[in-house]
Amino acid sequence: MKNTLKGFALSALCVAIGGQALAQGTPQPGGEIVVTYQNDVATLDPAIGYDWQNWSMIKSLFDGLMDYEPGTTELKNDLAEHYEISEDGLTYTFTLRPGVTFHNGREMTAADVKYSLERTVNPQTQSPGAGFFSSIEGFDEVSSGEVTELSGISTPDERTVEITLRAPDATFLHVMALNFASVVPKEAVEAAGRDFGKQPVGTGAYMLDEWALGQRLTFVKNEEYFREGIPYIDKIDFEIGQEPNVALMRLQRGEVDIAGDGIPPAQFLQFRDDPEFENLMVVGDQLHTGYMTLNVNIPPLDDVKVRQAINMAINKERIVRVINGRATPANQPLPPAMPGYDESYEGYPYDVEQARALLEEAGYGDGFETELFVMNTDPQPRIAQAIQQDLAQIGIEADITSLAQANVIAAGGEQDQAPLIWSGGMAWIADFPDPSNFWGPILGCEGAVPGGWNWAWYCNEELDARADEANAMVDPDQQEERAELWGEIFTTAMDDAPWVPIFNEQRFTVHSARMGGDDALYVDPVHVPVNYDYIWVK
Amino acid sequence: MTLLTALLRRKAVAIALLYIAIVVVAAIFAPWLAPFDPTQQFFDGLTLEGAPLPPNEEFMLGTDLLGRDLLSRLIYGARTSLIIGIVSNGIAVIIGTLVGITAGFVRGWIGSLLMRLTDLMMAFPALLLAIALAAILRPSLWIVALVIAMVNWVQIARVIYSETISLASKDFVAVERTIGASAKRILFSHLLPHLLPTIMVWATLGISTTVLLEATLSFLGVGVQPPMPSWGNIIFESQTYFTSAVWLVLFPGLAIIALSLSFNLVGDALRDELDPTLKGRL
Amino acid sequence: MAWFIVKRIAYSLLILLGVTFITYLLLYMIPADPARQIAGRSATAEVVANIRHQLGLDLPFYEQYFRYLVNLVQGDFGRSYVQRSEVATLIEARLGPTLQLMVAGIGFELLIGVTLGIVAALKRNSVLDQLLMAFSFIGVSSPHFIAAMLALYFFAVQLEWFPLGGYGEVKHLMLPAITLGVLGSGWYSRMVRSSMIEVLHQDFIRTARAKGLKRLRVLLRHVLPNAIIPVIPMIGIDIGIFMSGLVVVEAVFGWPGLGQLAWQAIQQVDIPVIVGVTTLSAVAIILGNLVADLAVLFVDPRIDINKS
Repeated sequence: MKNTLKGFALSALCVAIGGQALAQGTPQPGGEIVVTYQNDVATLDPAIGYDWQNWSMIKSLFDGLMDYEPGTTELKNDLAEHYEISEDGLTYTFTLRPGVTFHNGREMTAADVKYSLERTVNPQTQSPGAGFFSSIEGFDEVSSGEVTELSGISTPDERTVEITLRAPDATFLHVMALNFASVVPKEAVEAAGRDFGKQPVGTGAYMLDEWALGQRLTFVKNEEYFREGIPYIDKIDFEIGQEPNVALMRLQRGEVDIAGDGIPPAQFLQFRDDPEFENLMVVGDQLHTGYMTLNVNIPPLDDVKVRQAINMAINKERIVRVINGRATPANQPLPPAMPGYDESYEGYPYDVEQARALLEEAGYGDGFETELFVMNTDPQPRIAQAIQQDLAQIGIEADITSLAQANVIAAGGEQDQAPLIWSGGMAWIADFPDPSNFWGPILGCEGAVPGGWNWAWYCNEELDARADEANAMVDPDQQEERAELWGEIFTTAMDDAPWVPIFNEQRFTVHSARMGGDDALYVDPVHVPVNYDYIWVK
Repeated sequence: MTLLTALLRRKAVAIALLYIAIVVVAAIFAPWLAPFDPTQQFFDGLTLEGAPLPPNEEFMLGTDLLGRDLLSRLIYGARTSLIIGIVSNGIAVIIGTLVGITAGFVRGWIGSLLMRLTDLMMAFPALLLAIALAAILRPSLWIVALVIAMVNWVQIARVIYSETISLASKDFVAVERTIGASAKRILFSHLLPHLLPTIMVWATLGISTTVLLEATLSFLGVGVQPPMPSWGNIIFESQTYFTSAVWLVLFPGLAIIALSLSFNLVGDALRDELDPTLKGRL
Repeated sequence: MAWFIVKRIAYSLLILLGVTFITYLLLYMIPADPARQIAGRSATAEVVANIRHQLGLDLPFYEQYFRYLVNLVQGDFGRSYVQRSEVATLIEARLGPTLQLMVAGIGFELLIGVTLGIVAALKRNSVLDQLLMAFSFIGVSSPHFIAAMLALYFFAVQLEWFPLGGYGEVKHLMLPAITLGVLGSGWYSRMVRSSMIEVLHQDFIRTARAKGLKRLRVLLRHVLPNAIIPVIPMIGIDIGIFMSGLVVVEAVFGWPGLGQLAWQAIQQVDIPVIVGVTTLSAVAIILGNLVADLAVLFVDPRIDINKS
């Protein structure tokens, strides 16, 4: 049975440990809360921000044309009151909500939407998200720096935005919900220049009040927000540089309301079994898969039998145990929460005997030596060592090369440098809840280039063609069929075994007892990790 | 050897030497002494939920986060600490001595240049430099040793330099020059023997520093490659657990402190014995 | 005198130049490509190439370095590749906490070290003396991160005497500063002890005692000022050692200083920040040494400046 569209709304709902029912009660306005993070917030510029801390913060400071129902992966209209798609799927007409104002008081118009999208694509902005908008007409000209206006975007009047694409793109509405498509006011951007990231001005539910670099940021409620009554909370203090162990202990003492980095593994077991705290921990699925890439260019990994053997040699249950059960074993590239996930697909079983037999068949009965690359931040080297031991059991000696993240990424982007890479810490979390996001850059031919992220250097043109087909299915009626098609693409790719999908990490957020709101908001699959707009204080 | 007996007469130093001997023995005879394979991840080395085991009957010092025996890893870790400590310090001493003697004896612009170089190296924050180097070169046992040596040779160079200068101005050297002895002869037959005590003292003290530096680098994740155990990387892998599995930090931590301390004590005692005029000074 | 200072400053600038050059060179040699890091994983090759061009990373090494130097002398440390803010702003924000930690740490080192050294010297060869010296040995033999972790565990988690890391008030500063103080005091206590013993044996002290001056007075007015002299250059060198160890200490205590900044920057290959922090550390080290050397010249009448 394949997943349906509704399925992913349900699967994105979280299951609280301890059998707690969904949070009850009516939201109370008011309150001030403290949220902690370990790593610094790099920037709050929506065109640039792309890390764990700032992703959901930006979503609270800014809005885009589209967003998602809180706590789910279902698209909904945000700044766009409604939209129409032309027959040929090439033109999207968005009608903007009236009366939306920026934090600086000015009303938002269609010109702002056009400006924001062009800004993201403009090479001078150096936005990591520019590539997402490649389907808009005129992208190449702006991207190369020739012009600054996207010919595909027009604003017939103050409340209408018309976007024309080069080819039908089923993911376009998702792209409009990305942070990179957030609407920014031109005058504020020009006034702040390159420091806009430290002085953000948007239309969002919260405004930035103050920022002590490296220490603390404070958000305050936007009284003029276009949604009535949202947000509930008056003020959020984000404290930076807080070690997860410390943050958790402070939470238990009531000093912290949300531990943004979740529960460190050491405390996890303790916490989970403690009746006092079990209600405070929320589990959710992420659109994440942790995988090991097998470079199909480097012998003997160029032999599919060898790759299949490796797939069968990895004891995923044991690895999940090493990370304290905070994940579920995976057998395909897509995570369970993603539409297109094939529940009936069995993948490669854990079968050491068969693995050895396959290796014999391939002519490597005596095993061989190879290298396993991993990022040098704990727990990744540990996981790599667990994988190493599994490989040793079938005669494969994998030397571990533990490097800084940037160096592993660099090695992966070279055709013949990294035979095996454990992607942990750099692994793919979907940018938006659509399976195409899991294909192109990491399994498609377009990613198998120097500097690309397809570290397996897997290029299957036939599957790529099917992927393009799937992405052209824009019609809402075709979505179920499309999801099925995608599912097939991935499971067919597994026949070639370019990867060993190992686990899908779950997310655990901890909040204090006084925090209210649906559990799903604390493990929001899109407003990662927490949806600040809808939570409240009891 | 009277030096040895002199050292052994001090109780603290005797204990230090004993500890060093234990570590050396552990390093050499690790395969026979360790109860288990240090890289073997045992299924029952972890609880069912994946937590490490505290010291118990089977695993004397408990297990680490992958279910490996801590005692075995400590024993094999002695190898890493000693090898890096001795090798990197050895390289540092050699480089430092060469630079120091040359600068101090030859003087002139070569001497100046060498001393400027040492000043330059001294201005670098050592740890940052080591981390950056380790990031560029793929870390392995020898690269780590080399990186630590690069960061550590400066102090020895300066000390040898000032000693050489003061020695070179002494009468006996002037005499040698007068009778036409070659520079090489003066250096090797006359200066070096006088410098030997200083070199020995600093070599011993240096191991204490390199052991610490290796532990720190491993703790930051840029040390030797897993699964090779080093006392520092055992702590690195266990740092998120240290509040609930403190044995994983305590035992390697104490081992490191004890080794560094031992070399410090021995070096200090050597200094007292070999040159009493320097007592407590340097 | 003034000429001496000018010469030293000129020389120090030269050293700084060398530091920036070597740092820039090392970072240039790192295999990772910062443009790719910034561009992120969804970027096309054109986007990456664009970013590389924007940052001037496609220029040859000497051109990049020259540009950097030109900006540096104007006070522009460049912009962080990752955060896009000016490096100077980032450093400025984090300098305060680091300076606080350094001053408090060295302060405690001196407080503990000098006191213990004096006591040990006065009671030399007694059991107390041996214990104190043993204590100082252990202190200097402990890696900072282990001592920090254990201190956090015992004093913050178990005993709850101090808060669990973090920054803001004096109570947050206490545990890190005292830990550093205890660890580093060993050098000072040993130095003060031997220095005092030496001074105590000097003729003028015996003369003072023979004249009938009270012990305490002799101690305070004659012995101490002379015994302290060797401590002063050590402070300068200590600053250097301190800067090196920052990364680890700040990591364990969650202290928002330069060490944390440097560590994050290294992970992300944020070259402008790394070069900025390294240069700043070098300045601190050089300054520390300079001040120490000058202080010695002023304080110790035996040294003739023209001969050095």
